[in-house]
Amino acid sequence: MLSDSDRIFTNLYGLGDRSLSGAKKRGQWDNTKALLALGREKIIEEVKASGLRGRGGAGFSTGMKWSFMPKEIDPQRPHYLVINADESEPGTCKDREIMRNDPHTLVEGAMIASFAMGAHACYIYVRGEFIAEREALQAAVDEAYAANLIGKNNSHGYPFDLYVHHGAGAYICGEETALIESLEGKKGMPRLKPPFPANVGLYGCPTTVNNVESIAVVPTILRRGAAWFAGIGRPNNAGTKLFCISGHVNTPCNIEEAMSISFRELIDAHCGGVRGGWDNLLAVIPGGSSVRCLPAHEIIDCPMDFDSLSKLGSGLGTAAVIVMDKSTDIIRAIARLSYFYKHESCGQCTPCREGTGWMWRVMQRMVEGRAQKKEIDMLFDVSKQIEGHTICALGDAAAWPVQGLITHFRDVIEQRIDQYTANPHSDPVRVAAE
Amino acid sequence: MSVRRLAENQPDSFDFTPENKAWLDKQIAKYPDGRQASAVVPALWQAQKQNNYWLPQKAIEKVAEILGMPKIRVLEVATFYTMFNLEPVGKYYIQLCGTTPCMLCGSDDLIKVLERRVGPQRKVTADGLFSWLEVECLGACCNAPMVQINDDFYEDLTPQNFEKLLDDLAAGRAVKVGSQTGRVSSEPAGKLTSLTSLYGAK
Repeated sequence: MLSDSDRIFTNLYGLGDRSLSGAKKRGQWDNTKALLALGREKIIEEVKASGLRGRGGAGFSTGMKWSFMPKEIDPQRPHYLVINADESEPGTCKDREIMRNDPHTLVEGAMIASFAMGAHACYIYVRGEFIAEREALQAAVDEAYAANLIGKNNSHGYPFDLYVHHGAGAYICGEETALIESLEGKKGMPRLKPPFPANVGLYGCPTTVNNVESIAVVPTILRRGAAWFAGIGRPNNAGTKLFCISGHVNTPCNIEEAMSISFRELIDAHCGGVRGGWDNLLAVIPGGSSVRCLPAHEIIDCPMDFDSLSKLGSGLGTAAVIVMDKSTDIIRAIARLSYFYKHESCGQCTPCREGTGWMWRVMQRMVEGRAQKKEIDMLFDVSKQIEGHTICALGDAAAWPVQGLITHFRDVIEQRIDQYTANPHSDPVRVAAE
Repeated sequence: MSVRRLAENQPDSFDFTPENKAWLDKQIAKYPDGRQASAVVPALWQAQKQNNYWLPQKAIEKVAEILGMPKIRVLEVATFYTMFNLEPVGKYYIQLCGTTPCMLCGSDDLIKVLERRVGPQRKVTADGLFSWLEVECLGACCNAPMVQINDDFYEDLTPQNFEKLLDDLAAGRAVKVGSQTGRVSSEPAGKLTSLTSLYGAK
């Protein structure tokens, strides 16, 4: 278990002073100038060496991503850092706590990351519903401006402007190119890649989009050294991580823990165990709604990190752990996610626009059992037609929960169908249109 | 995708108040020259707030005029983003999170409360006080189930404390934003399991 001295977000719950002076007492903004004095390349090297993998879901090396930005800055095409605070993945509520309770970790991280990439302006894109969080973050930004920590002529000698922007309720804007489109004042429809944002991003300029948590941990990594961060967790899965545990545990909470902590330890140490005891555990969605669910016996002693979970066919995603006990109607739980993806599809690619709705309608019938068993395979097959055939990963994200359900809980679906057909019903069961 | 259309009954005109116009000018200044379209979402949002939380066609046109955008581009944005209400809502507009994490923790029971007290979704009560809508994950899953009423989150709800919350709102009494069971934010209920060296075990 992680000790408090290794925790980065020391005001995660807002129990301490949220203002700049409180943040300074907790060690933020401590000689930031010396960190910048390391130089662009050294900062990127340190972040690479720390093994930090992006906290927004994909788990790509943050330092590597930064290194894709052009080394030379074309004055006609300024660099931008865009911070993705469009936290909308069902189950995820970690960035919210950073923004409202520990915002200076983010503001300082934005300054350092922008410096490392040669960006003089940074936009933080906060999801529209987070109104109080946006105001808290804006207050922190205003404080940093007033204290001359950021701004055109700030005390660190690197001109830097930080702007808080917001969306208006579209999950898809969490996808980096959709976020850029939205920030430009358009519908949030993902762009085809390449060109990648590091070459053609916001306003056609080189842009890096990072998750809030990825940026907020950077100042501490630089202060304590890459080796400290890399020493936590298993190889290739370094560092501390905010886990958001929701669902059927006794005390759901956000918690900063060491990467690779086992699921059992995570839940026992911080969530008071599973509701009704470990024998009552049915399934877990370990990384936000977009990853495949895992049955109890597979997850219980699994290390919670990128590689271990992907080996099981699931993923760490945003580390939003949704726990389901045996009272859960697992088919309905996944069908609700299918509705979510149907609702949030931007409508740009046909497989996703049509497929998410189709899957949801079939899933709805499966909840009742009003289906035929051969439709289970058909559903799986259709989900495979969606996966990988769209511009962005929303199609994949819609397909995976359904695939996870069929892989691990086919017997439950079949039982439900048997129950339905055993009882007389007036309408015959029709097969989905092919 | 959800199909969203403008309301049938529209006001004849819309203009920003001088304060909101000044606010909007400050927003536009955040973006590089010629990129004022970036302010379209904040502009529409402010227009909606000024107009009792819903967005009439004239406001969409006004924003297009101010930002120098074709009307259709702004209309696209207004219909794409689901936080823009294209029809009137109640004085207390309740957005209930019904996505899986909240569903697992009992949002179905809250829906029953709303159906009984407020009626079907999207319909404003006769006194104009309430209307409600089931929305997708609002990002407060460790405090599920929860609702957003106008700008504020109300978390850790049960049918009982939710009814009380609605009673208090209807009677114009002050209500507590955030957790309704006394949690500060998303810490484990009862006692802390981390950061105890800084804040004690509570």
